[in-house]
Amino acid sequence: MSAIFRREFRAFFTNPIGYVVLAVIYAFSGLYFFSYNLAAGYADLSNGVFSMLFLITLLAVPFLTMRLFSEDKKQKTDQALLTAPTGLTGIVLGKFFAALLLYIIGISITLVYAIIIALQTTPDWLVIFGNYLGILLLGGLIISIGLFISTLTESQIIAALGTLAISLLLMSIDMIPSLLNNAAWITTAVEFLSVSTRYASFTSGLIQYDDIIFFATFQALFLFLTVRVLDRKRWS
Amino acid sequence: MIEVKNLTKRYGTHCAVDNISFQVDAGQILGFLGPNGAGKSTTMNILTGYLSATSGTVTINGHDILDEPNEAKANIGYLPEQPPLYLDMTVREYLDFMFDLKKCALPRKKHIAEICKVMKIEHVYGRLIKNLSKGYKQRVGMAQALIGNPPVLILDEPTVGLDPNQIIEIRALIKSLGKHHTVILSSHILPEIEAVCDRIVVINEGKIVADDTAANLSAKFSEDSRLQITVAGPAKETAELVASIPGVEKVSILASKEVGTCALAVEVAEGADIRRDLFTRLSQKNWPLLYSKTTAMSLEDIFINLTVGQNGGIK
Repeated sequence: MSAIFRREFRAFFTNPIGYVVLAVIYAFSGLYFFSYNLAAGYADLSNGVFSMLFLITLLAVPFLTMRLFSEDKKQKTDQALLTAPTGLTGIVLGKFFAALLLYIIGISITLVYAIIIALQTTPDWLVIFGNYLGILLLGGLIISIGLFISTLTESQIIAALGTLAISLLLMSIDMIPSLLNNAAWITTAVEFLSVSTRYASFTSGLIQYDDIIFFATFQALFLFLTVRVLDRKRWS
Repeated sequence: MIEVKNLTKRYGTHCAVDNISFQVDAGQILGFLGPNGAGKSTTMNILTGYLSATSGTVTINGHDILDEPNEAKANIGYLPEQPPLYLDMTVREYLDFMFDLKKCALPRKKHIAEICKVMKIEHVYGRLIKNLSKGYKQRVGMAQALIGNPPVLILDEPTVGLDPNQIIEIRALIKSLGKHHTVILSSHILPEIEAVCDRIVVINEGKIVADDTAANLSAKFSEDSRLQITVAGPAKETAELVASIPGVEKVSILASKEVGTCALAVEVAEGADIRRDLFTRLSQKNWPLLYSKTTAMSLEDIFINLTVGQNGGIK
């Protein structure tokens, strides 16, 4: 696992996609930090920076994960990975954590913002902690979905667009009940699946077990599915 | 060392590998020979656990590739048809990565340095793989297969893309590796297989059509021996005369380059030796025999014989 982790993490910087994703996260969160907090003199990070990070995560992470398995398939390097005496779970987790580490490096810029605010006033640290946890769980979920989709295709573009489509679906899922006359079961289902509602409760400092379990379960599910797709080659 | 039993791989209705079984003993170099699309690479991919088989079993050093994949794979060094190289890494980074991936327990620096020396890639060690020539990429791919000193080496067309000098070097290398490793090597280049391998398995349309040593294969086929002769005489009459010799089955007239002579291919019945008869009869007619040669089938003829034509197999 560690060999794959190190290789993939380095690869984010030899192919400039890692730099690009970091630049996007830094630039837009910085812009929102400046306009919502510094210029407006407002101490709350939730509404400006973190709601922007929600959007950036959904839109940028697909480009982080698009390469992970599709490129191996295309360059046939998967023949080295899958014929090595390494378990599939190790391969999948290695790639997952490489992307997650890069993502954490991206979102940890908000620590700088929190420190800047702490210099001026006392921020609500619990809310900031809730925000971190929320954005981390959200990122992990999109990474696991992206990883899964990249095993299905040889094309990085299809992997990126496929993941992006799911991201957009997660963003727009909340409007479905009103389109269907707010039928009770649909409302319940959408409330359960609504990533933005669950994320919003983190940003207000509300850390609930069922939200954490929701994100953790779906991450585990997609990682499991990724392993299954790779394993299928060996069985079918 | 390697045991393959009733291996079949179907893609939909197409049968890429059709019920093949063979066994390779420790220290043997097995040549896998067949035309393009015969199922060589598919078989190798199944042996290494990259692809599944539709049915049948593969056992490497006592470990089933499906039931104990990690134990079986730890015994194999694999060079696929297209070397599995990460183009964005340097040779050093890549070999380090493969060393870790294979969970190799040997001393890292010494082991990788040895392999680089054997493969002659020391001077490209710090270069990005994407900037290497095809020959060097192939060598790096081979180096990767040697990491961890696995007892079984599976090499899919290892000399593709190399220049003639390199081909000779790699063949010599494979031969020397065969002293301590079990090697399966695929190729459609016959002299290569003939030069390197102890044993040859010919595969065509997913089926094994021959499995023997190179010498035995030639011997088996040289029974239908042919005689090629050149005679200073009229073509048609000479052919008729030769055809009347007992033991001759078929005479065909070949194009002759020399004026006033004719060239004939004579197929002789099994065990018959017509050379003395031929000489006396021709000398009676005063048509001098200028040239005569028995043509035993070369491996190349055998290969064509086995893989082209309808019945395919050894009769």
